[in-house]
Amino acid sequence: MLRYALRRLLMILPVLLGLSLIVFAIMSLIPGDPARAILGSYATPENLAELRADLGLDLPAPQQYLVWLGNILQGDLGRSYSLNRPVLDEVLERFGATLILAGTALVICIVVGVAAGIVSAVRQYGWSDRIITLLVLVGISVPAFWLGMLMILAFAVELRWFPASGMTAVYGGGGVLDILHHLVLPALALAVVAAGVIARLTRSNMLEVMRQDYIRTARAKGLGEGRVVMRHAFKVALVNLIPVIGVQAGFVIGGAVYIETVFQWPGIGRMLVNAISTRDLLLVQGGVLVVAASYVLFNLFADLLQHWLDPRIRA
Amino acid sequence: MKPPLLEIRGLTRTFGGGRRWFGPDRPGVQAVQGIDMDVARGDTLGIVGESGCGKSTLARMLVGLDTPTAGTIHYRGEDLQNLRRLDRHALSRRIQYVFQDPLSSLNPRKRIREILAAPLRHLRGLEDRELDTRLGELMEVVNLRPEFISRYPHEFSGGQAQRIGIARALAAEPEVLVLDEPVSALDVSIQAQVLKLLRRLKDEFDLTYLFISHDLSVVETISDRIAVMYFGRVIEQAPSRQLFRSPAHPYTRLLLGSAPIPGGPPIQAESGDAELPDPLAPPPGCAFAPRCPRARDDCRESVPPLAPLADRHDQLAACRYPVEGPWRRRATQAVAEGRE
Amino acid sequence: MMAFLTLLARNRLAAFGAIVLALLLLLVLITPWLPLLDPDVTQPANRLRPPFSPDHLLGTDALGRDILSRLLWGTRISLAVGIAASLVAALVGSLIGIVAGYFGGRTDNLMMRGIDMLMAFPYILLALAIVAVLGPGLMNALYAIAIVNIPFFARNIRGVTVGIAHREFIDAARLSGKGNLRILTSELLPNVLPVIVITMSTTVGWMILETAGLSFLGLGAQPPQADLGSMLGEGRKMMLNAPHVAMLPGLVIFILVMSINLLGDGIRDALDPRLKSGALSRPAPITRIRRQPGHADSQDGPDDNALLTVDELHTDFEVGEQTYRAVNGVSFAIRPNECLGLVGESGSGKSVTALSLLGLVASPPGVITRGRVSLAKRDLLGLSAGQLRKIRGKDVAYVFQDPLSTLHPLIRVGDQLIEAIQLHQPLSKVEARKLAVELLGQVRIPNPAQRADQYPHELSGGMRQRVGIAMALANDPQLIIADEPTTALDVTVQAQILALIQNLRDTQGTAVLFITHDFGVVSQVCDRVAVMYAGRIVEIGSTAEILDTPRHPYTRRLIDCVPRLGEPDNEPAAIPGLPPAANALPEGCAFADRCDLVEPACRRGDIELIATDADRRVRCIKPLGIADPTTQGVTT
Repeated sequence: MLRYALRRLLMILPVLLGLSLIVFAIMSLIPGDPARAILGSYATPENLAELRADLGLDLPAPQQYLVWLGNILQGDLGRSYSLNRPVLDEVLERFGATLILAGTALVICIVVGVAAGIVSAVRQYGWSDRIITLLVLVGISVPAFWLGMLMILAFAVELRWFPASGMTAVYGGGGVLDILHHLVLPALALAVVAAGVIARLTRSNMLEVMRQDYIRTARAKGLGEGRVVMRHAFKVALVNLIPVIGVQAGFVIGGAVYIETVFQWPGIGRMLVNAISTRDLLLVQGGVLVVAASYVLFNLFADLLQHWLDPRIRA
Repeated sequence: MKPPLLEIRGLTRTFGGGRRWFGPDRPGVQAVQGIDMDVARGDTLGIVGESGCGKSTLARMLVGLDTPTAGTIHYRGEDLQNLRRLDRHALSRRIQYVFQDPLSSLNPRKRIREILAAPLRHLRGLEDRELDTRLGELMEVVNLRPEFISRYPHEFSGGQAQRIGIARALAAEPEVLVLDEPVSALDVSIQAQVLKLLRRLKDEFDLTYLFISHDLSVVETISDRIAVMYFGRVIEQAPSRQLFRSPAHPYTRLLLGSAPIPGGPPIQAESGDAELPDPLAPPPGCAFAPRCPRARDDCRESVPPLAPLADRHDQLAACRYPVEGPWRRRATQAVAEGRE
Repeated sequence: MMAFLTLLARNRLAAFGAIVLALLLLLVLITPWLPLLDPDVTQPANRLRPPFSPDHLLGTDALGRDILSRLLWGTRISLAVGIAASLVAALVGSLIGIVAGYFGGRTDNLMMRGIDMLMAFPYILLALAIVAVLGPGLMNALYAIAIVNIPFFARNIRGVTVGIAHREFIDAARLSGKGNLRILTSELLPNVLPVIVITMSTTVGWMILETAGLSFLGLGAQPPQADLGSMLGEGRKMMLNAPHVAMLPGLVIFILVMSINLLGDGIRDALDPRLKSGALSRPAPITRIRRQPGHADSQDGPDDNALLTVDELHTDFEVGEQTYRAVNGVSFAIRPNECLGLVGESGSGKSVTALSLLGLVASPPGVITRGRVSLAKRDLLGLSAGQLRKIRGKDVAYVFQDPLSTLHPLIRVGDQLIEAIQLHQPLSKVEARKLAVELLGQVRIPNPAQRADQYPHELSGGMRQRVGIAMALANDPQLIIADEPTTALDVTVQAQILALIQNLRDTQGTAVLFITHDFGVVSQVCDRVAVMYAGRIVEIGSTAEILDTPRHPYTRRLIDCVPRLGEPDNEPAAIPGLPPAANALPEGCAFADRCDLVEPACRRGDIELIATDADRRVRCIKPLGIADPTTQGVTT
């Protein structure tokens, strides 16, 4: 197990390298002078020259990449011209807020989705199955940003149960309870879609597993239905679901872009949207790199978990 | 003796193996190891063995679905790999293949007409009228009603589907048919139908068969010569009757003794565990030695070559201490497990 | 195609989705000819009119533009972009998937590593990065959404292609002289196409959502052009004082995507063959039992010495409109310590009979419609699920055919044994483990203590079947039902397992119901044998007698078509024809069509099992070797 973990850890190095290559390639596709694109049309010639030297733009492309990579490895993601502060500082600050939001949403959608999927499978074609199936359908069809707005109108404006925007109260906020209070609506809105997908896949996986011969064996032993479902069927379904959850994590992080915009959550998604509209490309680049790298790590974790749970692939 | 149609020399196929980016190199699995074999024209060579003995890999190499890692196959003196390189179709016109699972070897989304027309078109260059005539003949040859030709595979039973598989192979007008467990997936009553058909076709079209099966009794009824395989090697080869009369290799005797016969004497069971050696770390000597009651120290040191027996020149066995004398199942001993 | 459409129509939700979608499509197609206001003409005087205002059915937005008109034109754009993006993604992704899956090796590796790279980005993030570089705009959003969905198609289609490329019909096509290109287009593609269609129909909705999302963020459609997403985004700014400006486009997106998803699910269900065969429904804990009252009572007194008596058992499979009579009136009895063989070809109902005894036939589609199964005078089919569970694995235990698929793949074999033990015996975990290791030793597994900690996939086929037998023995059952326990094994391993079963019978005195298709195996282990054909027993009696002098023509011919080792000249005789279909059983004898001794009386009425010799019964009006059965036998 440990050796496998180490090998997997080594194997993500090329992935991270490829990731950086893609980001670099995308950024060098920008037409015209990258320095001007980065600094905008009002940049002074001195600033432009400085940035060009910084980015090594006079060098050939492979060398440019190496210089760029070297800077990144030293934690230098450049300087955001629109915010006038180092990209890394801004990205890390925003990333924390996104982690709180996306992490909470991920936990909600896993718990709710898996539970709903199991109930749905066990009561196949019953009333609870039909209701869950319908809810799942609504969940995967509703635009998350619209749902967020509906929630604001209902729970923040009309009922005044939760705040409509931000992560903390403007005056005297910042405590854990305050953040939680602000977190409820956006986390729920963000969790809905992924919960629907997870519920649906849990259901179909459970149904498929329940047809297997070893379930018949478990019943032939005299095992009660509860143990058959939870110990025998769910164990296999869970192993199949882990990669799905890994993919869903990507959707949740992506969905955070909308939800953060709707709820004014100070996360990395909103930062990226702002950076794109102000054409602050170094900020975009830094944000994309950090989020993608952490997503790769998350998937590594999911992979190791699956490996640990499934002895068949422990080869 | 008739001149050999197929000459197989040192045929070897290794799967997998190679270097990894991280961690130790992967060892390869030798599915087939140094097989020498001749098949005479018009003969039926039966190849028997249990799962994992390499019989299917051997079959796939003969028809070009797999490429040997080492060794040669000569067909009428021509190197098969050369033949394949020069003309992709040349090999398929001479040697054809019948698959084990009749249904999975027919594309579920194609009508029988399209399935049978493919070899006629691509290998025999038939079109239009000629093609239609040939299709009709083929259906007749395998005893299928002509109207079946416009049906889809799922509308057929296993036995009928296997006859379509045989017709597809015959469409190429080959001289050799490699039959890979052609009746194993069928019920016994259907098995007999297909075996009967195969026997008739062999005479009618002057075919040479390589008949691969795990079922000794089926192989016995159809083969002139039989090769027994174990762990990637041929361990015994002899004319069919002679092999059943006096098998020389202890493994052959074990196989014969294990097969239950309706109303026949009790079968014998080995006492130890009947496991094959680890294919990733094969033993240096005879692969059967760990299970063999006659094994001595030298058996475990090097692989015994397949050689003619001292007293029976047309019987070959890869064994240093072959069993002598006729074989008869001890009728007195009830099925009982020996003690360890 | 027709079947596909009817199946789709039968699914009410999918039909509803199809109708809504068709209406929406119709509406947006005729939009240019509808008497609508120009969507882009601003009327600042008329701004933010509420819905149902005169002239503006759905009101106006912040610039006084007519919302109804903008919604219809916006839906046009959203639909077009969504469909275009999924077409591009499906085309490129499927192409990559098919090529990678078919050629395998280096090609596959290279392509899939590239796809993995793309997937390393969290979904929308990559789209954002692409739009950041290309600049905001509807076409750029389309490209971005298409690109990020390519990996999804590529992976899905590759998986399916790999499965198909290893099927034998691809090899067969190669041997028929087809080249790679021909195989790809004419053999592989027709089989992959349904999956592409399914994947597309389930992702179009998703892509519409995502393009709307980019527009919502202001990165897609740029003013004055507007799709549903950008309308929503503009409306957000006045969400509090004029909620309808944002809510209406959101609602349209929701309805549009929902109808597409409903239809997509319907298409998936209609194209997936597993749904038709009921392979996606969950089997109930016990088989459904629907016995008519009155039939349950047995006519003649059961054998008093019998351990288990089966009387007139009927099990049907109800698939759609069809009823398949898998078990059609089976009666037999097993005495203590006896081994009864149940022999028959595939489809004869022998396995279904075995599974019916403890209600283990999957339902749906299985239903037990008649009969009794009595264990020590107790009717098992009348028990509740809870009562039946107490018998399963304790008094009666099963050994199944394929030990790889019947053992749980993720639980150590020792733990599976411990579970079986603790269910029926009040033992602690430590005691149960000790017993489990003992049992493994009893079935002659070397190093049982270490083996107990292994998973099924780490054992050989023979070892796994030994574990299966050990599990059956765990609670000293009175009866073991062995359903083709050696069919999946090699002949030398089979010999060992048969010897083991024989040995256990001698030492434990367990009775065995042994289901097999192999007369050779029967003659090795069974005291008595029952021959099944088309769901019924056609002959039952002692093994030696039946093998020696079969009375039923089917038994005789079945024995004759088995090649016998050591008798190469004895050419096996084939039985012409095929068994009747279980959903269309003929009247009279089911074997009549294949029997060379058939006469008109064979096809009339119900042919009963009659006793011909002591302890011997045959379902034939003219049993072989008996001149006139009525004088010799007693009808039952």
